[in-house]
Amino acid sequence: MSEKIPVLELQRVDKSFGPIEVLNEVSLKVNAGEVLCLLGDNGAGKSTLIKTLAGVHKPTRGKILMDGQEVAFAGPRDAAGRGIATVHQFGGTFPLMSIGRSFFVGVEPTKGWGPFKRFDRKKANEIAVKAVQDFGITRIDDGERLVGGLSGGERQSLAIARAVHFGARVLILDEPTAALGVKQASHVLRIVNETKRRGLAVIFITHQVMHAMAVGDHFAVLIRGAIAADFRKGEKTREEITDLMAGGETMAQLEANVEGNT
Amino acid sequence: MDLISSLLRRPDAASVLSLVGVLAFYMLFGGVDLGRFAAAGSWVNFAANLGIVALPVGLLMIAGEIDISIGAMIPAGSMTTAILSGYYGLPIWVGMAAALALGVLVGLVNGLLTVRTTVPSLIITLGTLVAMQGVVLSASELLTGNSSVGVKAPEWAKVLFGQLIGGSHQVIIVWWLILTAFFAYVLQETRFGNWIYAMGGDKESARNAGIPTQRLTIALFVLSATCASFVGMCQAILFNSAQVSGGMGFIFNAIVSVVVGGVLLTGGFGSVLGIFFGTVTFAVVIQGIYFTSIDRNWSNLIIGLVLLIAVAMNESFRKLALSYVPRKGNKAVNV
Repeated sequence: MSEKIPVLELQRVDKSFGPIEVLNEVSLKVNAGEVLCLLGDNGAGKSTLIKTLAGVHKPTRGKILMDGQEVAFAGPRDAAGRGIATVHQFGGTFPLMSIGRSFFVGVEPTKGWGPFKRFDRKKANEIAVKAVQDFGITRIDDGERLVGGLSGGERQSLAIARAVHFGARVLILDEPTAALGVKQASHVLRIVNETKRRGLAVIFITHQVMHAMAVGDHFAVLIRGAIAADFRKGEKTREEITDLMAGGETMAQLEANVEGNT
Repeated sequence: MDLISSLLRRPDAASVLSLVGVLAFYMLFGGVDLGRFAAAGSWVNFAANLGIVALPVGLLMIAGEIDISIGAMIPAGSMTTAILSGYYGLPIWVGMAAALALGVLVGLVNGLLTVRTTVPSLIITLGTLVAMQGVVLSASELLTGNSSVGVKAPEWAKVLFGQLIGGSHQVIIVWWLILTAFFAYVLQETRFGNWIYAMGGDKESARNAGIPTQRLTIALFVLSATCASFVGMCQAILFNSAQVSGGMGFIFNAIVSVVVGGVLLTGGFGSVLGIFFGTVTFAVVIQGIYFTSIDRNWSNLIIGLVLLIAVAMNESFRKLALSYVPRKGNKAVNV
């Protein structure tokens, strides 16, 4: 395989809060059109790692590279501006806003001029609905619906579609399937695959091995803030990963379900 | 059916129903003559004075904050106008400008303290409420030796801010309607409106989405304090005098109006139209009781019941809005 330049790379990143070391020499890379699965139990340092990637925390030591160039994020907005988008467990964070309104928070399309510049809600609704339908969620067809009325999977899909629409290059998914049922989870996994197909680099954080195996190209297991294992698809069996991780008993059943949908 | 259900899903549905309910109750049990009532100025005047304060307070509540210092800013506005333009005899515009400037200043203090500290705005504005009461009382006693000051406004100021249209309707009603239209436009039709909803929904995410949450919060506090001192200023011009006391009732009245109007206390949901109808409902209950055969001492009981019923309705209508799924093929956007 030719040496591609990873979209995002961490080189021996340490992060400590005072005397407490949370991340220890973490090295990771993720290429365009690939899914990197970050596995780890609760407390392994996953959230700190996400926040470091998203520009919330600055690494204590080590480097962050984008396209081979070293970068230092000034904050979450800077990281977002460079194309790093984070989607959290519950997707949309504005449950009482309409789909169109929440899709465009901070970047509202306007019509008119000067002091009469108006928020173009019709256009916002249309674009939002189209963006999410392009991902195969055809059940969302009215941009005036409230985000809080969508199912967990639909909300995740909407959040992912939003990130893609606004030109994200790296998509960080923080436990997107943790709170979902089997069917909903397979919807989200299908969307992860679609995102990958569109050439985004995806970092998929989970503690469910079966979900990771369904979409991952590359796997890293995080234990107590350090990378305990780093391998590519097919290099380890499900049982071996399960050994590294806890859980995963209903894997076979779920995997069959996901396969059926892709 | 479709029309009814889409109306019920609006945040202002409960306030309209409350208004209809209260009017029906007064007509059935109080023998109110609707024509005479509609023509009366008392409740409209009450609604206008309250409404100008309730609107920005409602916007703040949608954004997830609250301002109770308005209770002190109303007498502060009227006393500033009266002391400067009445006691010291300066031109009326000096007193008016100073009253509004004081509103801007207190709003800035409220806003800055809210964004710079983690103290809830309820506590911060409680502090400025009590502090401003002290300032107004001491300043009045110190400068004029009195707690009530007279002021004579020239004709143009009277016409704009303190005349009685048709002998009964205060001109502030016009200001209330203009401000309602203005706030409705801002909240529904501009980006700022979307930002206010987003801030009330989740401040952290709103900030990460690039919304200047701190500047917007400060601006909303400036708006509410300035609107309160504007009401005080108009009252001083209308009544030709100002008192140190008064205004405290506005705090709870404004909050009740806003909540009956369908604004979610924790932020993120509500509408200007709802706040408008919430205010009208409140005014109709309080002032309308004089048109009925019902003893006026009951009016607070009615307010309490209206509040509880409206909140319960808001709760269920919001659930309705959340669970709403358009029927297949209804107005699908086909791609």
